[in-house]
Amino acid sequence: MTTIEPLVEHAPVADHIEPGVRYGFFTDTSVCIGCKACEVACKEWNGVPDRPLRFTGRSYDNTGKLGADTWRHVAFVEQPAAGGAVGGGAVGDGGLRWLMSSDVCKHCTHAACLDVCPTGALFRTEFDTVVVQSDVCNGCGYCVPACPFGVIDRRESDGLAWKCTLCYDRLRDDLHPACAKACPTESIQFGPLDELRARAGERVQELRARGVDEARLYLHDEADGIGGAGAFFLLLDQPEVYGLPPDPVDTTRDVGSMWRAAGVAALGLAGAAFAVVAGGRR
Amino acid sequence: MSVEARPAGHTGRRKGDRFAVVPDVEVRTYYDQPVIREPTWTWEIPWYLFSGGLAGASATLALAARLAGDDDLARALERAALAGTLASPVLLVSDLGRPSRFSHMLRVFKPTSPMSMGSWILAGFGPAAVGAAVLGELGWFPRLRRAAQLAAGVLGPALATYTAVLLADTAVPVWHEARRELPFVFAGGALASAGGAACVLAPPPASGPARRAAALGVGVELLAAKVMEDRLGTLAEPYRLEPARRWKRLAAVLGLTGAAVLASTPRRSRLAAVAGGGFVMAGAACERLAVFKAGFTSARDPRATVAPQQARAASGGAGR
Repeated sequence: MTTIEPLVEHAPVADHIEPGVRYGFFTDTSVCIGCKACEVACKEWNGVPDRPLRFTGRSYDNTGKLGADTWRHVAFVEQPAAGGAVGGGAVGDGGLRWLMSSDVCKHCTHAACLDVCPTGALFRTEFDTVVVQSDVCNGCGYCVPACPFGVIDRRESDGLAWKCTLCYDRLRDDLHPACAKACPTESIQFGPLDELRARAGERVQELRARGVDEARLYLHDEADGIGGAGAFFLLLDQPEVYGLPPDPVDTTRDVGSMWRAAGVAALGLAGAAFAVVAGGRR
Repeated sequence: MSVEARPAGHTGRRKGDRFAVVPDVEVRTYYDQPVIREPTWTWEIPWYLFSGGLAGASATLALAARLAGDDDLARALERAALAGTLASPVLLVSDLGRPSRFSHMLRVFKPTSPMSMGSWILAGFGPAAVGAAVLGELGWFPRLRRAAQLAAGVLGPALATYTAVLLADTAVPVWHEARRELPFVFAGGALASAGGAACVLAPPPASGPARRAAALGVGVELLAAKVMEDRLGTLAEPYRLEPARRWKRLAAVLGLTGAAVLASTPRRSRLAAVAGGGFVMAGAACERLAVFKAGFTSARDPRATVAPQQARAASGGAGR
């Protein structure tokens, strides 16, 4: 049985939270123990309504998925442990490998939800995070199918779109987000994004040096289809195993070609209208 | 379901499923859970796709008819545009989570948001189409009436086609990957429904151009839909599954029947014009319903989201 020591030595996060600096989360799933303290802390701090608890039969995951009333979601993946069971994840006697990962809004560099929002309710903050203004949102729902991660959703009770704010109110008061504060293993790390990226790079190298070949970073790369995420992850299997899209894109990066196609179709429609009338009454 | 029997991250290939999305690619999922979220949009939206298309194409046909001096036809088309225009905002506002905040749609002007652009198009088109129809009936303010006819006729094609961008600009695979074809499906459907409406409303002798518009529209719509599905490949699976399959078949049967009725009956038959026009309109509505419903099926299927992304990642990823 191989265990992975939590990363204890890292540069301390600046104790003052500065506007103009990009902040984010680095979620190191190799040390997640599935305690769900992040889910609870998030609900408590943000006053997110609870949902009737139901038994899903999906390992310890009775939360389901991110949504209007779930801004942190711990995924539990049970896999048959491959030969020797070397590597990350908790491996027990039953021959199962247990992967746990706390999912959250990615606060994309190119955020589809923000791009398609017709009211300007979704905006980018001074910390480079993406937040919904609930006094502006009119519940059109466009952000919901636009998000490549299925994060944002409309709440039944008030008709508005809701998602993780990266604790915008706390950041403005120099406090770390509730989930990161509550995480007992430093699986959820909060800080300036460039610091987190450097730390994540070291962490993945360290794990690989220890033989955890499947350790990989997800959404850390600015060259990906969403321009990199403000909340990125260290995973121990392919993203889709955790319910994450392997190569997400911001849908609006194709919006120019969409408008061009619509423009050609519109001109065609106008031309057809004049052509059928030009034929006269016959 | 025991955990051992079906661990998360299991191979999600559905063997023996003749409509398997991605027959030869193994896709692992998180308990078969969808990756993206299906839209929250309800029944109003496909009907708005229809009413907006009807209004837009009718206004453009009406302008063409006015310029050609065919006032009987133009009046019928302006009435059709009025009906579509009055229905559209009601449907849209009723779908909002907070209908009382509908005016927030005009807070910003955002080309990256097709819904923002559509709101502005509708805000310009609506008053123009209402003005053209009402002033046309009353015969008042001829100059203002002509300006309204012109504005509605020019904005009409934008109103009829932007809705395709609205659907395509999402993460829903069957919509996003059809972004080049969807505007032509909607333009064809809009032309068909406007032609159909004019057949119903115009005096039968004046319905010649409307019959041609209906037939051309049905042809373009069905052909574009065929091209769209062919190019979507395995991602077109939702169109072969219920509920979209039913609406798609109905769209073809109603559209072709309507066009055949209009083509084969004597011009003076009011009954044939109303029946044929009605069939064509119903067919256009069914096509929008098919496209709308297919999006939900597509969003619910994690394989439709994951498999193309896996293939893309394998060939270098989506990097800009």
